[in-house]
Amino acid sequence: MLAVYSNPKWLTVVRGAVERLAETLGFPAVDCGSITRAVDEALINIVRHSYANRLDEPIVLYFRRTERPHDGQVQKGLEILFCDRGPEVDPRRLQRRPLEEIRPGGLGLHFIRQAMDTVEFTRKGHTNRLRLVKYLAEANSVL
Amino acid sequence: MQIFTRRDDKTTIFDLSGDFDFVNSPVVRQSVLREIQEGRSARVVVNLSRVRYIDSSGVASLVEGLKASRDLGSRFILIGLTTSARQVLELTRLLKFFEVYEGEAQALAT
Repeated sequence: MLAVYSNPKWLTVVRGAVERLAETLGFPAVDCGSITRAVDEALINIVRHSYANRLDEPIVLYFRRTERPHDGQVQKGLEILFCDRGPEVDPRRLQRRPLEEIRPGGLGLHFIRQAMDTVEFTRKGHTNRLRLVKYLAEANSVL
Repeated sequence: MQIFTRRDDKTTIFDLSGDFDFVNSPVVRQSVLREIQEGRSARVVVNLSRVRYIDSSGVASLVEGLKASRDLGSRFILIGLTTSARQVLELTRLLKFFEVYEGEAQALAT
């Protein structure tokens, strides 16, 4: 578990921790980078949209091993659950925008969905929950 | 993040180093847009060779620079793309819209 305030100064700290975690769990370098980017972008979205750039709101990240059946084998993975106490998120704001346009904005969700195998948003009580899962392509890991 | 600005008659070069992220991108964005909008240079070059990390807000700042340059008829050039920066621009399918050179010499020769 990792608990941080919604101050963007913590982003670089979380990025460092997540990248080391992904490396330790045996993800290849390219996946370590994309998982780290997905976590970073998810936190930015929480700071901006859930907490309207307020700096002192709580964000909790839970990390755990997970697995799924895949091609007759068990595929292991890393699950990351983000919890924030902001207002309920409008699902219409969680759509990726088309990339054919040259315009800023809306790219964070694209990075998240591109990087992760599972992206799920739910609301439980007063908590927004974002669940990300990335599975290892190979069985050779420490997971 | 650090931003160093170099100017000559035709060109302004922004040398960026560090993380081009949600925390730092507003400063870069403001500097680049001001340079373009004040029309100080016909060519604005952003050197990313010492950028360790770039997130969606960094990419958005570059896109805003590109759009402002197009609107005002100046050139907006990226140099020194690290593997990470190139991957990010490719993932967003934005790389093709930028004028990109390996280094400063190539950019200034055009």
